[in-house]
Parts: sequence; structure tokens; C-alpha cells
Amino acid sequence: MKTEINQENILEINDLRTSFFVGKNEVKAVDGVTFQVPKGKTLGIVGESGSGKSITSLSILRLIDEPGKIVGGSINFKGEDLTKVSMSRMRQIRGNEISMIFQEPMTSLNPVYTIGQQLREAFKIHQGLGKKEGTKRAIEMLELVGIPSPDKRVNQYPFELSGGMRQRVMIAMALACKPELLIADEPTTALDVTIQAQILELIKELQEEIGMSVIMITHDLGVVAETCDYVAVMYAGNIVEYADVETLFEDPKHPYTVGLLNSLPRHDIEQDELIPIKGNVPAPDEMPTGCRFAPRCPHASEICKTHPELTETKDGNDVRCWIYTPDWDKEEVSVYDK
Amino acid sequence: MTNKLLDVNGLKQYFPIKGGFFGRTVNHVKAVDDISFHINEGETVAIVGESGCGKSTTGRAVLRLDEPTEGSVIFDGQEITALSKSELRNIRSEMQIIFQDPYASLNPRQTVKTILMEAMEIQKIGKSKKERTERVIELMETVGLQRHQMNRYPHEFSGGQRQRIGIARALSVDPKLIIADEAVSALDVSIQAQVLNLMKKLQREMKLTYMFISHDLGVVRHISDRIIVMYLGKIVEMGDTKSIFEKPQHPYTKALLSAIPVPDPKKKSNRIFLRGDVPSPIDPPTGCRFHTRCPFATDLCRTTEPTLERKDKEIDENHEVACHYALDIERGIHKAQYEMHNAREVLDDEDEVIEA
Repeated sequence: MKTEINQENILEINDLRTSFFVGKNEVKAVDGVTFQVPKGKTLGIVGESGSGKSITSLSILRLIDEPGKIVGGSINFKGEDLTKVSMSRMRQIRGNEISMIFQEPMTSLNPVYTIGQQLREAFKIHQGLGKKEGTKRAIEMLELVGIPSPDKRVNQYPFELSGGMRQRVMIAMALACKPELLIADEPTTALDVTIQAQILELIKELQEEIGMSVIMITHDLGVVAETCDYVAVMYAGNIVEYADVETLFEDPKHPYTVGLLNSLPRHDIEQDELIPIKGNVPAPDEMPTGCRFAPRCPHASEICKTHPELTETKDGNDVRCWIYTPDWDKEEVSVYDK
Repeated sequence: MTNKLLDVNGLKQYFPIKGGFFGRTVNHVKAVDDISFHINEGETVAIVGESGCGKSTTGRAVLRLDEPTEGSVIFDGQEITALSKSELRNIRSEMQIIFQDPYASLNPRQTVKTILMEAMEIQKIGKSKKERTERVIELMETVGLQRHQMNRYPHEFSGGQRQRIGIARALSVDPKLIIADEAVSALDVSIQAQVLNLMKKLQREMKLTYMFISHDLGVVRHISDRIIVMYLGKIVEMGDTKSIFEKPQHPYTKALLSAIPVPDPKKKSNRIFLRGDVPSPIDPPTGCRFHTRCPFATDLCRTTEPTLERKDKEIDENHEVACHYALDIERGIHKAQYEMHNAREVLDDEDEVIEA
């Protein structure tokens, strides 16, 4: 996979594999994911339910619980392999060097503690600040994320805030220790569009101020187009396409990416008809052995029964599809249609 | 000659808040507050708006799933609000609803066949069991499921397939009007497109009328003929789809449209940021309900409620808007009272709104 030559990467993931063990079965939720996050940039991971995008992000922070396990690959964060570091080192990293915000702000905030108490915790653990100093910093953080009258809000409980406000508190909490990498897992999916616009803009502005890198996990191609520099499209545990954001939207290569864009109803232009992708995502225990998209792909042929590798194309996209390899036979018709 | 299938007039839906010493009604949530609209036969009308605007409540009130507080709902010439329970049951076969979460709205202990048969038995459709079974098979095929799947349980289906079952159930009683309440919102885009295309196809073939409730303006632009934009229990704008998207008149509609991320990195929208959050429907703002968040608001907006009417004579005749300044804003006579293209400034300025 191609990266900018002069740019330093804050995170490099290589062949990451995370599986869930149910009885005797191994469900490969993330199966050989490789990508880099350049410093100060935003990488979008886009995919539908079950594509493995959230599991990838949880793996980075080693937040995978039994029966799940990282079974292979490396996660290189500033020269350290996060799959190998001790749990106590991991605790130093979480919330301090790498932070995460989740979709549902209400379930991620503790309902019985005030906003201030929860923000102070981070300062206490990572910076050893006392109550007075911690509260002062908490108020500063709330102000930073645009919460009005932060000195009053700091003593309130999560239920007293609206959804948008809570997500801003989550962002304040995630940014409390000025992390170098922020993982945002569907940060605006539960919010109304006008509030979403505020939150996305806020993340963008804060990113520029702090200079952090962001991994934006989303199913929304609009959010990707507006916030990301690079995009990885995931399908069934694999990255099927990786490109910079302009290339991806202008010249999508993988049939799945093309299918996604064709099935998207747009508000900004008039469309005649949506062209859906046929069928459903295969169940994890019924994964095809070859290309995982083949059963739904309009171009699938005999060769697709073998698993394709992610290969670079001349246009700058990395694509996991036989069509873009010399082995592709144009004349052959789809075998999956019969 | 277009025929009004549904005519809603002055609909109000207040929900009481119990409290105080003896559990008396202390206040009301004014979920829908005096709205009027109609839907023509064979048309798709979308009701859009953000959480709490009253769009779902409107759908439920039309079906009388909640008893409307005030107003009239005339369906196919019959006043719904005046019907008795049994009359209502009869007419419900003509108006069906599809919900957002197909799993929560299907009984997990019944097979698809039982689910589909039940509705037909209640509505006395089909003379015999055999006839009904045949109809189940026909319905399964209509919505793109296979006939052998009818003996399966809902958990054996994927989200998109479950939504197809929901559609099949709605169709089983031969309705005229289908209310789709966020029917495709929980689905992944690739599946969502399948279901949307199915709904369009069914409409063409069966001459269905849709009331399509959604927060997703992309979906709405694709499926609807006309759009009703709601904010805090009121209709703020109403018009033909093309006209609403291309010439939005109300500042709220404009902000809403500008807030949607565009799936094209080259198109940078000139975003209008709104201050704060939607106020509480228990004690909605006086005058125009949008004034607390509107960059154009003046004292007039704070005191006098605007009426929904056609303002700009040059735009489509169906296009109505409830804003005192819609025309003046259009002509550049009335300017915004503050900068609205900077997120942080808007956020900093939010204090008064929240405190109020």
C-alpha cells in the first residue's frame, strides 16, 4: 500500500487478524487488514454492518474481549507494537496517546458521576492532577468544545445534557490529554444532521489546533467525503479498496465501492434510479473461500474463486479485485449468475 | 382529476405530563400542534424533520394509534376521528404502517406465514385457509422472498429481508395508503436501495399511496413527489420535491439541507450552522418556533406566529412556507443577524439559547 514519502505515519497496521471463537468455530471478523495513518491526517474506514470496521478500531486499543482475540499481525504505533505491549503500558496509551469516541454518548458516560468528575479522572490518571487543578482543566476542555457556561455544566450529570452536548462532552474527554491519535467510531450517527454538522466541524477544527491524526469510522459516504484525507473501504473483514478521498469518489475501482456509490440516494442531485447491490453480506460462518464479494458481484468469474490480494493500480487506488490484475480474462462471463 | 385520499386539518396531538401531588396533568408535550395537509391518491408525500419534530406522531395520529387531541383526519371521504373501534378496524385494512425496526415489529415466535395469515384473518381476506396460503406465497414473491422461506422465523432473516416481511404484511390486506415510518433508516445503503426500489415498483403496480416519514433527505428526494418539512410540531415548509430541494424558502429547510454531508469531496457546501438544540416541545418558543435558532429572527418572529402560505409567486404553486421574511431573505432585503458559517462562533454564542 502506498503512502506519502515525506510523511511520517503515526500508525501502521500490518496484516491484522482478529477472530471470535464460538465453540469450535473461528469467525474471522478482521482478516488481514493493512493500513497506515499519516501524521495529522484523517483516515476514513467505511463499510456496512459486519464489515469489521469497528472491530479493527477496538483491536488498535486492545479492547477486544473474550471470545475475541487478535490472532495475528502487528499494530505499530510510534515504533511500539501494540499487540505486544503489556496491559499496564496499554492503559497509559488509552485516553492519553490514543483516544476513542463512540457512537452512543449516553452509554459511554457514567450516569452517576458529574461531567466534571469524569473529566477529572483522565487528568488524575494520566497527569496526576488534584481535584482543584483537574476541575480547572475540565472547565477549559468544556470551553474548548463549545459548551456554554462550562463552569455550571461541569457539575451536571449526563442526563441533564442533550445528545449533541453529550457528544461534545465525550469529545472533551477524549481530547483531555491531547492525544496524538483520535479514533472516532460513528461519532455522529445517533445525532440529527444539524447537530452532526456542528460536531464534525468541531472535530476538524480541534484536529488542526492540536495536530492530531484521526481515524473516522463510518457507514456514511457523505461524512467520509467531507472529513477524510484517505479512505479504506471494508467488506467482510477485508479492505477492498484504499485511496485518497478524491480518487476514491472520482474513480472508484472495486465493484463493491462502485455498488455502494450507485445505491446511495443523494440529496444534492437528481437521480433516476438507484442501482442496488444484489443479495446480502454473507454470514461470517458462510464466507466464500475466494473473493468475499464475488457472490454479489456483477463481474464475478471463475478466477474469483481464488482470494485476490490488495494491489496497487496505476490510478493510485489499491484494489482487492482480479479485474485490475493481468490475470483477468475479459471474455469470460459471470459464473455466479447461473 | 386528482383525488384527495387523506385530508388532515388542524391536527393537534398533546401528550399529558403527569406530576404533582395526585398525579394530575401538570403540562403537555405539544408533539404536533395544529397542522394541516393532504395526500393525493397515488402520490408519495414525505414528512421530514429532526428528532422530536412530530413526524412520527403525525403518522400515528393519522392511523389513530394515538387518539388525536384535536383536528380532523379524513381518509377516503370518511372522518377517522369519529369512527367507533370496529369501524376503525375495518378501515385500517386500507391504511397500513411499516416501522423502522423490522425485528421489533415482528413476533419472534411466529413464522412468517403465521404473521402474514394473521392480518388476513382479522381483515377476513380470502375465503379459505388454502386461499390465504396461496396469497402468502404470492406476497412472498412480490416482495422478493422465496416461497419456502415462509415457514421460517424472523430471526432467520437479515435486516433487509425482515423489512420485506414488514412490507408483505402491510400489503397482505390490500391497503390504499402505506405509512412508512423510517422504514429504510436502519438498513445498510446497499440493502436500503433494494427496499426503496421495491417500494417504488409496488407503488407503480398496485397504485399505492405513501406517506413516507424520514429524517434522511437523500432517501426522501429519491422517493417522494411532495415534501412536508416539520419543526417542533409545526409545518414550516411544504412543496413539490424539486422545488423544496432547489428553492428552499424557510431558513430551517436551508440549514437542514446545507447540513447534510455531500458524498462528493469536490463539492464543498456553504454550510449554515444553527445555534444550539431544538427547544423543548413542552414549552415551545412563542411566535415562530424556530426563532431561537434562526439567524434571521427579529422581534416580529419572537411575538407573531407566521402562517403557512405561498410567498413567492414565481415558485411552484404548491410551495408554501411559514416565515415572515421568506421573501425578503430571498431578495436580499433582510439580512442574517449574525455570522452563520463558523461552527465555533455559533457554539460560543449559544449560551442564551440554552439558558432560556
